[in-house]
Amino acid sequence: MKRIATCFVVLGLTASAAMAEVAPGSIQFEEGAVAQSLTGTSGNPAEGRTIMTTKSVGNCVSCHAATDYADVPFAGEVGPLLDGAGSRWDEAQLRGLVVNPKMTFEGTVMPAFYKVDGFNRPGDAFTGKAAPADLPPLLSAQQVEDVVAYLMTLKDE
Amino acid sequence: TAFAVAAPAFADEDAELVINGEIEIVTKTTAPAHLEGHLTEIMSGWRFRSDDTQAMEMDDFDNPGMLGAEEGLAQFDTVMGSEGKACADCHDGVESLASVRPTYPKWNDAKEAVYTIQMQINDCLTERMGAEAEKYDSKKMLNFEAVLASVARGTPMNVAIDGPAQSTWEQGKEMYYTRFGQLDLSCANCHEQNYGNMIRADHLSQGQTNGFPVYRIKDNKLTGAHSRFKGCIRDTRAETFAPGSPEFVALELYVASRGNGLSVEGPSVRN
Ligand code: HEC
Ligand code: HEC
Ligand code: HEC
Repeated sequence: MKRIATCFVVLGLTASAAMAEVAPGSIQFEEGAVAQSLTGTSGNPAEGRTIMTTKSVGNCVSCHAATDYADVPFAGEVGPLLDGAGSRWDEAQLRGLVVNPKMTFEGTVMPAFYKVDGFNRPGDAFTGKAAPADLPPLLSAQQVEDVVAYLMTLKDE
Repeated sequence: TAFAVAAPAFADEDAELVINGEIEIVTKTTAPAHLEGHLTEIMSGWRFRSDDTQAMEMDDFDNPGMLGAEEGLAQFDTVMGSEGKACADCHDGVESLASVRPTYPKWNDAKEAVYTIQMQINDCLTERMGAEAEKYDSKKMLNFEAVLASVARGTPMNVAIDGPAQSTWEQGKEMYYTRFGQLDLSCANCHEQNYGNMIRADHLSQGQTNGFPVYRIKDNKLTGAHSRFKGCIRDTRAETFAPGSPEFVALELYVASRGNGLSVEGPSVRN
């Protein structure tokens, strides 16, 4: 209870959002999947699309293309085409993939988007300087939920 | 289509490079033996650039990096430091140093360390000429590197990885396969596993150093290998290393050895 109270103060979150937020260190994986929502608030797919295709946010587009966002220029080829991802995987598996894909694909080049420790020489974003002690994850809990909601819409025809 | 307009001009990975219609550059060849199990073929970064960028390197008049080489040549004849000497007082023209670019980084017996070209030049400046040391990857250093590369163009990269240099080489190799930063990526993740793929608007090359120093169109100036390494590690959201650091000296030796067999082509042109 004391920890939750501190959270309120530090993050200044509204009561409803803060209640259920799962911290990066407390994620429960089951064969790579994460069943529990990180926030308890359902994700917004439109927001998820923006996060994935914006360089300064998720920047998933640097490695993945998808027909649904073919309007976004310069999609990368390092990762597979995401068409049909929402049919190949269920919500818990997709959440696990975004939180930490190494739990699903050992040794993958895809980064973990909701992880804050265990890195080699972590930096402070793209400054080249050392990371602050309280390194934030690449995406916030709600951003992960938004991305998962969008991925769920990428169904096979 | 709209996509074609937005897409970067694709590189011709099968093009061949001949500079000034006479210097034949090997930009693709069999990988050196030590890369067995990793790569079968090695390719210069030139192969991965757009047609326009490729063309700029085919003629010295179109290659802005050659201006640096010219300045380097002028620097070579300039007296620097308290001893009243120029490089040319001891070295019989830059051509006499044509074996330098393909064989560095190299073990220096007297200093008992692997030396880069810039470390060697700094020794000449400070110990033989009574001049100040130059900052790593400074404009002046890159001009010297550019002229030393230009006189070696067409000769195969051939750095030694055995003998006393071996432990430094091993250190560089380990670094090449180490993941760095919050994005948790190694050099190999991008340049060995994914060369030929687009990462956003960038066409990933093998990250070879045979073209250094590189004139980057985007920066309008020459870039040294260590500054490039620094940028690549920074881009993994890591605390990076400094140009001239022992880590980058080791990494430069290792990366150079991955290109053994490719021609020296610096100063090259990249985006
Ligand atoms: C640096 C490259 C890279 C980035 C950035 C990246 N991925 Fe991936 N991703 C991959 C690779 C490579 C794979 C294939 C897994 C493997 O075998 O390594 C993958 C796999 C996936 C899969 C499963 C593929 C499928 O359709 O079956 C999903 C879903 C996915 N990524 C979503 C994302 C999302 C969402 C983001 C951004 C928040 C993202 N990726 C960012 C490289 C990347
Ligand atoms: C007073 C004499 C002197 C001056 C001046 C001098 N050098 Fe040297 N330089 C040497 C000697 C001696 C060596 C080591 C001999 C050797 O290894 O062949 C050397 C070695 C080098 C090497 C490595 C050669 C090799 O084959 O490994 C380079 C490159 C070099 N000098 C560049 C320069 C440049 C550039 C300048 C001017 C900034 C310069 N030197 C000025 C004496 C000088
Ligand atoms: C996230 C991907 C990524 C990682 C990790 C990465 N690089 Fe790069 N690197 C690039 C991109 C993109 C370029 C520019 C296009 C190209 O030449 O590949 C580049 C360019 C280079 C070049 C210039 C090649 C030329 O011909 O101009 C060198 C050298 C290089 N990288 C070395 C390294 C080394 C060494 C490491 C590890 C310390 C590394 N890179 C890590 C993405 C990466």
